[in-house]
Amino acid sequence: MGPIPRNYLMRRLGIFFLTIFLAATIIWLIPRLAPGDPITAMIDRMTRTAGYVENSDVIIEGWKERFGLNDPLPVQYVRYLGNLVTLDFGYSLAYFPTTVSQLIAQALPWTLGLLLIAVTITFLIGNFLGAILAWTRTPRLVRYLIPLAMIFTSIPSILAALFLLYIFAFLLNWFPMLGSYELGVTPGLNLEFISSVIKHGTLPALSIILVSFGYWALGMRGMMITIEGEDYMHLARAKGLKSFYILYRYMVRNAILPQITAFAITLGTLVSGQILVEYIFAYKGMGTLIYDAIVNQDFAVIQGTSFILIVMTALAVLIIDLAYPLIDPRISHGGK
Amino acid sequence: MSTADTTPETVAAEAPAERGELKRTMGRFNQWDTPWLNPKLIAGAIIIGIILLGGIVGRFVWNTDLAYTASSPLNLPPPGFVNTRGQEGTWDHPLGTENSGRDMLAVIILGAPNSFLIGVVAATVGMGIGIILGFTAGFLGGRVDEFIRLISDVTITIPSLMVLIVIQTLIRQVEIPTMAIMIAAFAWPSPTRLIRAQVLSMRESGYVQMAKLSGASTFDIMFREMMPNLIPYLFASFIGNATGAILAAVGLETLGLGPQRIPTLGGTIYDAIQAAALLRNMWWWWGIPTILLATMFIGLLLINLGFDEIANPRLRRSSQ
Amino acid sequence: MSEAIRKSTAETYENKEVVLDVKDLRVYYETPKGDVLAVDGIHFKLYEGETLGLVGESGCGKSTAAMGILQLITPPGRIVTGEVWLDGSNLLAMSEEELRQRRWTKLALIPQGAMNSLNPTMRISQQIRDVIETHEGKKRGDDIKQRILELFKMVGLPGRIYDMYPHELSGGMKQRVCIAMAIALDPMVIIADESTSALDVVVQRVVAQTMLRVKEALGVSMIMIGHDMGLMAQMVDRIAVMYAGHIVEIAGVEELFYKPGHPYSQLLIESVPSLTERKPLKITEGITHDPRNPPPGCIFQLRCPFVMDECRRVKPPIVEIRPHQQVACHLFKQQEDGSIIDVRDIATNP
Repeated sequence: MGPIPRNYLMRRLGIFFLTIFLAATIIWLIPRLAPGDPITAMIDRMTRTAGYVENSDVIIEGWKERFGLNDPLPVQYVRYLGNLVTLDFGYSLAYFPTTVSQLIAQALPWTLGLLLIAVTITFLIGNFLGAILAWTRTPRLVRYLIPLAMIFTSIPSILAALFLLYIFAFLLNWFPMLGSYELGVTPGLNLEFISSVIKHGTLPALSIILVSFGYWALGMRGMMITIEGEDYMHLARAKGLKSFYILYRYMVRNAILPQITAFAITLGTLVSGQILVEYIFAYKGMGTLIYDAIVNQDFAVIQGTSFILIVMTALAVLIIDLAYPLIDPRISHGGK
Repeated sequence: MSTADTTPETVAAEAPAERGELKRTMGRFNQWDTPWLNPKLIAGAIIIGIILLGGIVGRFVWNTDLAYTASSPLNLPPPGFVNTRGQEGTWDHPLGTENSGRDMLAVIILGAPNSFLIGVVAATVGMGIGIILGFTAGFLGGRVDEFIRLISDVTITIPSLMVLIVIQTLIRQVEIPTMAIMIAAFAWPSPTRLIRAQVLSMRESGYVQMAKLSGASTFDIMFREMMPNLIPYLFASFIGNATGAILAAVGLETLGLGPQRIPTLGGTIYDAIQAAALLRNMWWWWGIPTILLATMFIGLLLINLGFDEIANPRLRRSSQ
Repeated sequence: MSEAIRKSTAETYENKEVVLDVKDLRVYYETPKGDVLAVDGIHFKLYEGETLGLVGESGCGKSTAAMGILQLITPPGRIVTGEVWLDGSNLLAMSEEELRQRRWTKLALIPQGAMNSLNPTMRISQQIRDVIETHEGKKRGDDIKQRILELFKMVGLPGRIYDMYPHELSGGMKQRVCIAMAIALDPMVIIADESTSALDVVVQRVVAQTMLRVKEALGVSMIMIGHDMGLMAQMVDRIAVMYAGHIVEIAGVEELFYKPGHPYSQLLIESVPSLTERKPLKITEGITHDPRNPPPGCIFQLRCPFVMDECRRVKPPIVEIRPHQQVACHLFKQQEDGSIIDVRDIATNP
């Protein structure tokens, strides 16, 4: 395959850095746009929930000094950006003296693992079903059944998670209700831990798969139908190629390209959905971390997790974008 | 056929058959001639219509004051069921009550339209921005186009829920319009892309070129020539957008970041999760709003598929 | 002079074998307001080694006819009736697998839109290779490369495009790739469906010559579809003139140009001033009737300058006015003794 064209590369890298920069700025700016300063606002909320916070004035001053909130805004902003580069989000307010980075380091692998598995399965199943759905040789029965299964597509993952939790964990007791692994199990590369992780991960993964495979199936079907009308399909049939060969080498091969572009675009939505599912299952990933932070008013953690998730998404999109020329010769082989 | 040499019997025997034939062809005509009478579209519209109508009519036939805390007995199941404490449901609260004494039916009557409203307002605002930016980018091209594409590519990459969580955590107390506008801030890139792409392809098409040659103004071309062809796409995009916006709203609500003063479906689910309704087997508490939301999303999906088929007739093939 | 022509064409076809025989082919398209009769009962024979031109204005059904022969009609179109005899068997009565095996080995296509007829995500070599390997089984890499490069040479393509993708080639090159592909399995019949009309004039001519050269070299029979009468005249042996789903006349090139029988053929010829000068077909008007609901009688009655009362009621039979010149027109009547008279002659001198 040819090299990635320079223009393409520059544009993708530009989008990546701009995304991160914008996200960082928004996250920094929002608390400053809110009335008062973030620390006072936070202590105020603590006062409201806890009734009374001892020495609140002293605390506020102390924190302000510590976070450098008395410095001019541009100085704060530059320092903030500098900290982000070193992934320093400060301390968690709820779990002081644990740093936000430490909390994220614990949660992120769970989220990434679950997301990677769920999304891969979804993408494969969805596109496979979509291809089958559009293929004229598919038995009629299958073509009628798949759209029925697609009803799930429209349901948000959080609702599917609730139903799966209720039916398979609460009523049938097939799967554990909460968490990422059994409490007594020692994490490590032992069979007990791995099977526990799989058991705990099944329902969260299933909630994501069930609600999103239909989206890919529908998209694939649409693309396949469009491609069926292309001139090269005409010629492929005239060539007397075997039907299955035409399906995967001519139709799927071409239909999958826009699907991959769409995949990069919807990644943000996917991450959002996963966060909510994790929260429902109290899965030890970023979702639960964020939820705890919301409950605890732990703004530093919310800032840190949001930023990391945005960076992760942008990074994934960048990787997809950079891999794309490898499968679409029209980009790598620039042509005339 | 001339009637002169036909006996009455043959006429009687032939006429119904002929009419049947005619009816069949007429039926086919109608189905094809008005793509707007798409079965999926109609089914979806009916589902959404019933939910909204329930929200409106419900206010008149049911006492919605029961949606307030401590207006009803606690934790009652729907009639015919028994809760963990052995209490039976009554017809005074046909959908049961939750643990702070709110009647579920009243909560749903008030909540369902609220969740829907946030989505529709957000989608409308997002769509408005999308139409303006999409037309601008597609029509002007060059630097402007490049800039709009860049910003929409960037915005679409960001998981909007994360930013919304940051905002909501700080504001905490939100009303429907505030929430809708914040969601709209992330709802414009996909209509922008869609409209830009359509405008670009239409700009090259014959009839727009003709209009240009015949001296029509840019504005005229946009609205007189292009808009009518864009309408099915716009509708499909609008419904898709509204679905996304409702999804975002429900997500925030279930995290406890939605409007606090008025009932919403997502907010009810949040309360249920907080009170461990799942473990207490109070299925009516979290289950009813969940089913209602799911139905709403199915309705939106059907409408969306319907519009897709209208906008892209080729999809109609093998759809049924 | 007409005597000489008659003799030559007659002799040419006397001892030739028929390779493709199309009988009563009908292809209809379903629309909301009834079926469009795109091809409504056409008959013709294709002889060994000949090139038959299929001409007519846009929308007359010539491409649909080709697709019908190739069995590539897709919904809403459908083949209503017909027989397509190729190499002793009827393509329309075959199982799909039997048909698949005959495709390209016996009947190949040079497509209309060569620009988009190649799979954009497949290397050129692979697209030729897959057709060879599908029908002849797996081959050694070197052998197949040798064979493909050979094909390239035949159609005048450079070897360097072997590993290229379609978007890297020019329109003319893509068309040559399609020609190379069509001859890869040495088929009996090649259908060239407006294969040159999307190209610019210079390339068009060069590609057309390539096509002709390859055809001569292989001795393959060919159906060439087009609307450019000038180009046709230089390339084909016989011409079938189509109008609104019907073949109204089939004749040798010279008969058709010097002695056109059907009034529609005359109209077409008049739009080409000279045999050697290329000029697009002059279309005076489009097809005037509703293609869903053709008038009874002759299909050309609404535009025919010689229309008679009979034309409005009775479909004209096919009459062989000279050997191998068949015309479907009421102007020509077969006498008891088998001779043909032109009705206009009787009218002017009784």
